[in-house]
Amino acid sequence: MIVVEDVRFSYPGGVEALKGVSLTVKNGEFVAIMGQNGAGKTTLVKHFNGLLKPTSGVVRVNGVETSRSSVAALARNVGFVFQNPDHQLFCETVDDEIAFALKNFGYEQTVIEKRITWAVNLLGLSQYRKTSPFMLSGGERKRVALASVLAWDPQILVLDEPTIGQDHRQKENLRQFIMQLQTQGKTIVMVTHDVEFVAECNPRVVLMREGKIMADGQGKQILTNSELLEQASIVLPQVAQIFKHLITQGFPLNIIDIYEAKNLLMEKLEKNKT
Amino acid sequence: MSVFDGLKFRKVYSPIHNLDPRMKFIYVIIIFAVAIIFNTIIPLLTLFLMQVPFVMLARVQKQWLRSLRGAMFLASFIFFINIATNFFTQGYTLNAKNIEDAATMTTRFLVLVESFSVFFLTTSPDHLGLALEQTKVPYEFSFAFTTAVRFVPVLAEEAQTIMDAQKARGLELEKGNFLKRIRNYVPVLIPLIVSAIRRSLELAEAMEARAWGATKKRTNLYALKFNKGDYVLLALTTGVLIVAVYTVLYVPVPTIRALLGVP
Ligand SMILES: Nc1ncnc2c1ncn2[C@@H]1O[C@H](COP(=O)(O)OP(=O)(O)O)[C@@H](O)[C@H]1O
Ligand SMILES: [Mg+2]
Repeated sequence: MIVVEDVRFSYPGGVEALKGVSLTVKNGEFVAIMGQNGAGKTTLVKHFNGLLKPTSGVVRVNGVETSRSSVAALARNVGFVFQNPDHQLFCETVDDEIAFALKNFGYEQTVIEKRITWAVNLLGLSQYRKTSPFMLSGGERKRVALASVLAWDPQILVLDEPTIGQDHRQKENLRQFIMQLQTQGKTIVMVTHDVEFVAECNPRVVLMREGKIMADGQGKQILTNSELLEQASIVLPQVAQIFKHLITQGFPLNIIDIYEAKNLLMEKLEKNKT
Repeated sequence: MSVFDGLKFRKVYSPIHNLDPRMKFIYVIIIFAVAIIFNTIIPLLTLFLMQVPFVMLARVQKQWLRSLRGAMFLASFIFFINIATNFFTQGYTLNAKNIEDAATMTTRFLVLVESFSVFFLTTSPDHLGLALEQTKVPYEFSFAFTTAVRFVPVLAEEAQTIMDAQKARGLELEKGNFLKRIRNYVPVLIPLIVSAIRRSLELAEAMEARAWGATKKRTNLYALKFNKGDYVLLALTTGVLIVAVYTVLYVPVPTIRALLGVP
C-alpha cells in the first residue's frame, strides 16, 4: 500500500513540482496517473521508490516511511520501469541484463537462473536470451527493460509512459499483460497521457495539473467529463466523443469501452429494425 | 555537477550579457595574464574583488557563488599540496611564508575560476559560435565546439535519469571499496555513451538533410560588432593591464606577513 500525505517537492533548481499531494493506492489496485507534460506525474511516482524524498509531507510504502529508507531497500517492493529502455540497458546479453537487479539484491545463482527463465518466457523473449539488447528493436528493448524489473517479482509496479513509441499491437499486448499482473494481485501505477490506452484498461484515474491532484475516480467517470479533461489538456477518448454526440438519441454519456459501445449500438439498431 | 551549474548559461538581460564575446574573451585573457604575473597575495585578492561589481552588474551572483563553491574542493587541494610541498622541500618547517604562498596560489586559482565563470555564465553558446566563426575559425570547428557546449547540460540531465533507472534496479553507487565504486559506474556510463553516440548520428543525419556543408561560404543572420560597452571594457581591461605591469616593475608590493610583522 502506498500512502502519500500532503507531499510538497521542490527541485534543487527551485521549481516546486508537487504542491501538496495526498493519495492512497491500495494493494492490488490499478491506477493511471494522467495530466499534461510537466504536471508532476513523474516527480510523484519517483517518490514511491525513494528516488525523490518529499521536501515536506510523508510517503509511506507498506508502512515504511521512504525518507528513512534507501532506494535499494524500497526497490525490492516497488519495481519502476522507466520510459526509455535505453536509459538502463548496458549488458552484453539479455540474460545479463535481467540478472543485473537480481545480483544487486543478492539472489543465489540457481534462483537467478530460474527467475531469468521465468521472465523471458513471460515476455516472449526466450529466443533472444544470448542476444545483445542493443541489437533488438525498440519494442523488444522495452520488453527487456520490463522483464529486468519483473524478474524480482515486486509487489508494486510503476510504469512511466509505457505506451510511448509502441505500435498498436504492442500496446494491446501490454494491456493484456497488465491485466494478467492485476489478476495476480499486483499493484500497478501507470503514468501516461495516452487516453485511448487508459480508456481500454478502465483503471482508477488520477488527474494531475500543475503539481496538484485535480480529480480522482473511476476511468469511466473521469474520462467522460469533458470539462475536467479540458482543464487537464486531455481530449476525450474517441468512444466518449461519439457518445457525447449521441446523447440526443437517448444514449448514456459515460461510455469509454469499445465493446460496451458496440453492444449499446447493436441493441439500438435491432430495436429500430423491428 | 555543481561546477557545471556554475558555468551554465541562463538567459538574462544585462549590460554584460550584451557585450561582444570576443571582448569578454580578451577580458578573460588579460585577467589570466595579470593573475600569472603577480605572485603576492594582495594584488591577487584585489583582482578577485575587482571582478565582483562585474558579476553584480551581470546579475549572476547566485550561479557565480555556486561555481566558486564547486571549485572549493580543488582550491583546498591546491592549498594543502602547496603547504605540503613547501613543508617537505624546505626543511620540515611550517612558517607564515609557507601558508601565505599556498594562499597566494589558491587565490590565483580562484581568480581564474571567477573570470571563466563570468565568461560562460554571460555568453550564450550561439554567441560563442558566432564569435569563433567571425574570427575565421573554420566552421566545422566552431560548430563542433558550440554543439559540445550545448549538449553538456543535456548529458548531465540524462546521466541523472540513467542513475535513477539503475538505482531503481538496486544499484548502490556508494557501496564497496574504491575500485568497486568505480565499477559501480559502468551501468551508468555505458547507456550514457551509447545514447550520446546514437544522438550524434541522428544529429549528423538531420544536419545533412538540411544541407549542412553544401556551400563553402555561409552567411549569418546576425553579425557581431563592437559597441560602446565593449570599448569601455576594452579601456578598463587595458588600464588594469598597464597598472599591473607598472606595479610589477616599479612598485614593491608588501606581503601580508610583512604588514603584520611576522617573520
Ligand atoms: N530534474 C529536474 N530538475 C528541475 N526541474 C525538474 C526536473 N525534473 C522535472 N522538473 C520540473 O518539474 C515539473 C514536473 O515535471 P515532471 O514530474 O517530469 O512532469 P510530468 O512527468 O508530468 O511531465 C516540470 O515543471 C519540470 O520542468
Ligand atoms: Mg514524465
